[in-house]
Amino acid sequence: MLKPVKTFQLPNGLQIKLKEIHTAPIISHWVWYRVGSRDEIPGRTGISHWVEHLQFKGTPRFPGEEMDKLISRTGGIWNALTYLDWTTYFETMPADQIDLALELEADRMLNSSFDPDEVAAERTVVISERQGRENHPGFLLKEAVRAAAFRVHPYHHEIIGDQADLESIQRDDLFDHYQTYYRPNNALIAVAGDFQAEEMLDRLKELYGDHPAGGPVPRVNRPEPPQKGEHRLTVEGPGETRLVDVAYHGPPASDPDFFPLMILDSLLTGPQGLNLFGGGGVSNKTSRLYTKMVEESDAAVDLYGGLPATIDPFLYSIHFIVHPSMTIDQALQVFEAEIQRLQDEPPAEGEIQRAAKQARALFAYGSESITNQAFWLGFPEMFASYDWVVHYTDNLAAVKPEDVQRVAQKYLVPRNRVVGTYLPYQQGQKPA
Amino acid sequence: MNKQPASLNIETLPGPQDIARKELENGIVILVRPNFNTLSVSLAGYLPAGSLYEPEEKLGLADFTASGLMRGTQQRSFQEIYNSLESIGASLRFSGGTHTSGFSGKALADDLDILTEILKQSLLNPTFPSQQVERIRSQQLTGLDLRAQDTGDMASLVFDQLAYQNHPYRHPGDGFPETIAAITRRDLLDFHSRQYGPRGMVISVSGAVQPERVFQLIEDTLGSWDNPDQPEEITVPPAPDISETIKRHHTIPEKSQADLVLGAPGPSRCSPDFIPARLGNNILGQFGMMGRIGDAVRSKAGLAYYAYSSVSSSIGPGPWTVSAGVNPADLDRALDLIIQEIEAYVSQPVTGEELGNSKSSYIGKLPLALESNAGVASALLNLERYGLGLDYYQNYQAMINQVSAEEILEVSRKYLDPDRLAVATAGP
Repeated sequence: MLKPVKTFQLPNGLQIKLKEIHTAPIISHWVWYRVGSRDEIPGRTGISHWVEHLQFKGTPRFPGEEMDKLISRTGGIWNALTYLDWTTYFETMPADQIDLALELEADRMLNSSFDPDEVAAERTVVISERQGRENHPGFLLKEAVRAAAFRVHPYHHEIIGDQADLESIQRDDLFDHYQTYYRPNNALIAVAGDFQAEEMLDRLKELYGDHPAGGPVPRVNRPEPPQKGEHRLTVEGPGETRLVDVAYHGPPASDPDFFPLMILDSLLTGPQGLNLFGGGGVSNKTSRLYTKMVEESDAAVDLYGGLPATIDPFLYSIHFIVHPSMTIDQALQVFEAEIQRLQDEPPAEGEIQRAAKQARALFAYGSESITNQAFWLGFPEMFASYDWVVHYTDNLAAVKPEDVQRVAQKYLVPRNRVVGTYLPYQQGQKPA
Repeated sequence: MNKQPASLNIETLPGPQDIARKELENGIVILVRPNFNTLSVSLAGYLPAGSLYEPEEKLGLADFTASGLMRGTQQRSFQEIYNSLESIGASLRFSGGTHTSGFSGKALADDLDILTEILKQSLLNPTFPSQQVERIRSQQLTGLDLRAQDTGDMASLVFDQLAYQNHPYRHPGDGFPETIAAITRRDLLDFHSRQYGPRGMVISVSGAVQPERVFQLIEDTLGSWDNPDQPEEITVPPAPDISETIKRHHTIPEKSQADLVLGAPGPSRCSPDFIPARLGNNILGQFGMMGRIGDAVRSKAGLAYYAYSSVSSSIGPGPWTVSAGVNPADLDRALDLIIQEIEAYVSQPVTGEELGNSKSSYIGKLPLALESNAGVASALLNLERYGLGLDYYQNYQAMINQVSAEEILEVSRKYLDPDRLAVATAGP
């Protein structure tokens, strides 16, 4: 399933990972930068994401509109994602057209214009993106929970940034951010698909060989101190639906506890895949929390959970919609009892192997997409190494029942969590 | 740099040479395309049991019924059904549409027989246990609460009411709180026993399996299914004319963003107008950064994160719409910009460069759409649903290349008139 990967590093520090897959005439090409919202300080929140938007506004060689047209006319797809720890740009194209993507990415690593008029137009676009999210109660709750969980670490703020900063950040701030982080020694190129590795490597050397390396990359070093007690918060707004987010501080992806906690999550809320681009998922109807909260007790209407893979310790979150017949406290009691069960009693070995089989199936589905295959080459390098994904299902299968019990006892305790609740206004009680 | 238009290697596309088709005696049509480069199989299908067949006072019944099929069967409980699937990392789901209700599933290739067995039990022997019916009702009602707070969903719902007056397409497939509340377990049993049957049913499979094995599995599981009471399929009337632009705003207090949906009924997927309309629409609101509309509303005016147009694929006259999410204060400005773009679009033929780009992108993206088993399974269903023929993808490039700018203009004018639009907005 995971075919051999060729790894290189250019003298300027640029890392390259190549994987030949000749099942379809398609190539997926990704450029990863080690910059995300963790590199932002108050006053500059959202700047990484805004820079990502401006990377589509052109260079002297590829004006913004031209970029879009050139890629689109090949039938290729391209996009970019900004996350907590990284920003990535990708193109998945007909194999015979890939050189366009290679040239374009090499060019915009160095030469983006950041035209002031484009910056101004994009300011309102990004604010509009934020306002669209604010329309959703789930976003408002998640933002509040995260802010309560991180007082010091930059994981405190949403990747989109705070409205105040989106209004005040200037063109030169954005350009500085771009120049600081968009350089070969802070980047990784991952290519998967229908090409010959030697030829691809030669082309990348040609395109990037003269890019200057740049100096050391600055980092914000503000580790979050341990939480000293449970935080509870409410967010109020319109609607009729009550939402609960329970977020526990969790381990980073490189921590040995990460895999036991992934198994724990699979048992509690169902399997999560690493398929960003198709492949689908497996439902969670027989997970412990779904069974207890939705099927057996009508405490919740639906639920899901997840533990993102991050560089620094982040959050293991469980979200549920409270059933109309229950109070929030009643629903939380059902939740607590199920967490307690895992702390009191290790799961059966069979449950762990079942979770591992689900993970293997999800991998098989995801590997049908060349875009997923290329994503897997770069993604784990952002917080660990490619080996992380190579050994992912084996590491899940190797988790012992007592490890799951241990991490439940270690992480899933009230003093280590934030419980956030979205409360609809009662009719007639809306504040003036 | 390669500026040649995209072209297709026909041998790699599904066609008569590698799609196997079989019709069972009871009417079920099966389409299979093997793909041994993968370890899995994807299955998809539909049968004529969509919302067109539900009474007005029970809107949402088709979707409710589809949601109930896997909640318990004569052979297995809810827990047993999902345990069988989830234990092997497989999935199967049903959902209600307008003309049809559909299903899709996925499993490792060795587990296809488990998937087809659960498919059979769900289609033939659902029991709709009372407790599960109430659980689905809670979930549907919660979904409707969330819909009522979603500016995009509500603008879309209001658009359908404006553009499809007195036409079946005006109804939302998920119903309204009062119609969901009115649905009984008896209604679900009746809808299922009347509407679900083999006639008009199509199943497609793509993945690491030989067609003969699929044919045998479906024959063994669904070959003896019979429903003499199954009604004839409903054909929908043409969409009503919009005689002048109609606008309606749906107020949802305290939202940061408003959504707009405007447009008119468009061509059926089966109509010769469909491909020219899609190619033209690509220029209007898709190509590059959301086409001309994205350029005007997002790139130049900076008013929206998303502003695009789409032509929906439907047996009947599906909508041709423009959608955008904007700050409530910018709603009128965005509407003006969009209507100006529609005016320009139906006044002059698209340029040669635009048309060349649009064609090239349509041709070039086909291999990506057919990359995964799920993508192929869905494409096979469309071949059957819209009568496109097994050689459709083989002829695709020639068909796209035949379309002229004049044809696009003519077709676009037929459906989009800037003075006769349905304009729905939702927000504070």
